[in-house]
Amino acid sequence: MVNPTMSANLSQVIVKRRGSVILGPIELTLARQGITIVLGPNGAGKTTLLKVLHGVERISSGSVDWSVPDELARQSQAFIFQKPTMLRRSVRENLAYPLQLLDYKKAEIAERVALWAHRIDLGDMLDRSAPRLSGGEQQKLALARALIRDPDVLFLDEPCANLDARSTREIEKLLVDAQSSGTRIIMTTHNIGQARRLANDVLFLLNGKLHEQGAAMTFFKEPKTPEAKSFLEGDIVE
Amino acid sequence: MNEIWAGLQAALFLVFTLDKDLVEITLRSLQVSLSALVIASAIALPFGTWLAIRRFRYRRATIAALNALMGLPPVVVGLIVYLLLSRSGPFGVLGLLFSPTAMIIAQVIIIAPLIASITHQAMRELWAEYHDLLISLNTTKRQRIFTLIRDGKRALLTAALAGFGRAIGEVGAIMIVGGNIDHATRVLTTAIALETGKGDFALALGLGFVLIALAMLVNFAIHALSRTEREGTW
Amino acid sequence: MIRILAIFCILFSTSLRAETIKLAVTTSFHNSGLSDILLPEILADTGLEVQLLVVGTGQALRLGEAGDVDAILVHSKQAEVDFVANGFGTHRREIMYNDFVIIGPASDPSNIQNAQSADAALSQIASHKAAFVSRGDQSGTHKKELGLWQTANLDPEAFGGWYRSVGSGMGASLNIASSMNAHILSDRASWLNFGNKGALGLLFSGDPQLANQYAYIPVNPERHRHVNSSATIILEKWLTSRAAELLINGYEIGGQPLFVFNASPTR
Repeated sequence: MVNPTMSANLSQVIVKRRGSVILGPIELTLARQGITIVLGPNGAGKTTLLKVLHGVERISSGSVDWSVPDELARQSQAFIFQKPTMLRRSVRENLAYPLQLLDYKKAEIAERVALWAHRIDLGDMLDRSAPRLSGGEQQKLALARALIRDPDVLFLDEPCANLDARSTREIEKLLVDAQSSGTRIIMTTHNIGQARRLANDVLFLLNGKLHEQGAAMTFFKEPKTPEAKSFLEGDIVE
Repeated sequence: MNEIWAGLQAALFLVFTLDKDLVEITLRSLQVSLSALVIASAIALPFGTWLAIRRFRYRRATIAALNALMGLPPVVVGLIVYLLLSRSGPFGVLGLLFSPTAMIIAQVIIIAPLIASITHQAMRELWAEYHDLLISLNTTKRQRIFTLIRDGKRALLTAALAGFGRAIGEVGAIMIVGGNIDHATRVLTTAIALETGKGDFALALGLGFVLIALAMLVNFAIHALSRTEREGTW
Repeated sequence: MIRILAIFCILFSTSLRAETIKLAVTTSFHNSGLSDILLPEILADTGLEVQLLVVGTGQALRLGEAGDVDAILVHSKQAEVDFVANGFGTHRREIMYNDFVIIGPASDPSNIQNAQSADAALSQIASHKAAFVSRGDQSGTHKKELGLWQTANLDPEAFGGWYRSVGSGMGASLNIASSMNAHILSDRASWLNFGNKGALGLLFSGDPQLANQYAYIPVNPERHRHVNSSATIILEKWLTSRAAELLINGYEIGGQPLFVFNASPTR
């Protein structure tokens, strides 16, 4: 299912909202593998960039090209939001939903649901109402619901922003597992420690522009720009 | 006070003796209003949902029109339906005037905007919650509407019950298009109007109590049938 | 959902009906209670199920003009004659009559109990500016009332606030008169059957001017092809029969006969 040739190319992408530019112009080629962490201060355009890549943000000019046709690209991507959206249904039905949309057979749905419920430790809560789970359980469920389709690319927008240490650790483990089984991961975070733990490479955004990018090792050790350096040191960057 | 007491007694007497006429007009009330409810819901629930998720140029105008239609005076609806269905009107050949069908048509027109409007309000909130997920999952419009209707069924039930409440208690329109014909188009509300006209307040009030009880009964029955009370977990 | 549908099917299954005829009648006729006596007898004798549309004379005539009913039974002679003359009805057949009465506060403040005639009684009410409720709905009763004011050389348009045109049926108008303790012109049957008399009483009756003639008019099938013409003929035959005569003349409320059968045996 995993398509190793899936990569993206952004050229001259600009996103405007109410007349003012909130992202771009951006030139970017995404590597084909690994975990990319998008860093930057609030309002730098991180979420917008993720949405542009996912194809759910209207771009004012420029182009986003995936190495496969758009429809197929969308089908093999998933997106995790900072605040997980729980369908007002049971845990089981939440997990099954993305597969039902694609008309999977019932037996296969049941099999995958059981597998993923077990992976996120919600195996004995399948009939609980999803909106009543704790924050950590909800985010794990959202992650499982995203991964259940075996996506080629997974976007995550601050997935651990409001979570306790234990849930954060569980989610990072799921992400590493997914990455090692071939899922491309692109994620924003405010937690620099988390970025260090997970990143293969880093995109540093500032004021809607791609200010610096590079391999994680280099970026964290010797950032090229003074802004990235002070950001990593915890200063306020404008 | 005496009259209300006499009305209660009349109601109890009618119910416990299973008065033949009472049973007949009660069943007809149910038949007309439930038919109107089913038809109006089939139109208004998907429409209200669609309106919540679809962005189009005249959306605001459509919603404003819907809210205005919600306040349609039933008497005016009755008069217009009457003129349309009259033998001298454009649909006269159908011969529907003074039949339960005509009453159902009038009630559908009266309650469909109400149901659509309440549906739209509720679905807008649910859509705001689900929007990002459903867009991200690349759902089709049909899938979105089905998902919202499924997960918003409790709000939809509320909308439908509001519609039923308006239908079962409506008198102006169905009096005009139904004609209040004994054994053919007489329902609880028109019977109440008739008895009031005769100055028989006790019987009118008795029928009124039966009507209230019926409306409550239907509410409970629909809730029980769709098992929302047990399933209400969100 | 299936259960809801099942209930639905039960509600929808309607029993087979006898042949029906739609007859527009006036509120006053229906309120008299006579129809409750006549309809079962008509069904038994002829197999016809008469569906009554109880409306004011004005609306009854409109229903006939539009072809929404098969026949009408009303009490406003001039309007009926015009209706037939304009080709909406085939002919007018008188069936029976009852009478109008003047109702008012039982204490009779305008002293109309001793009036010489109906129009004189109304003149006295007007000169006292005593409260008066008018149907105001173009019904037969309303038209009769207007005719009496005309006879009395008075114009209701020029009356002050004591004259209340309420635009309602007989029952609703009586309810209003009762709550205002006002005068009102009513047919005798509606008054006797009315349950909310309050402080009102029957003050004046018996003037030949107050006779209230009911006539039967079948809607012209040449104008409206769907009219159940054969049923209108059967109904007319029954309404003018000996059986109808006995029932109509024998109908009483509180020991008082109400209607006088006066149909001629042939047209």
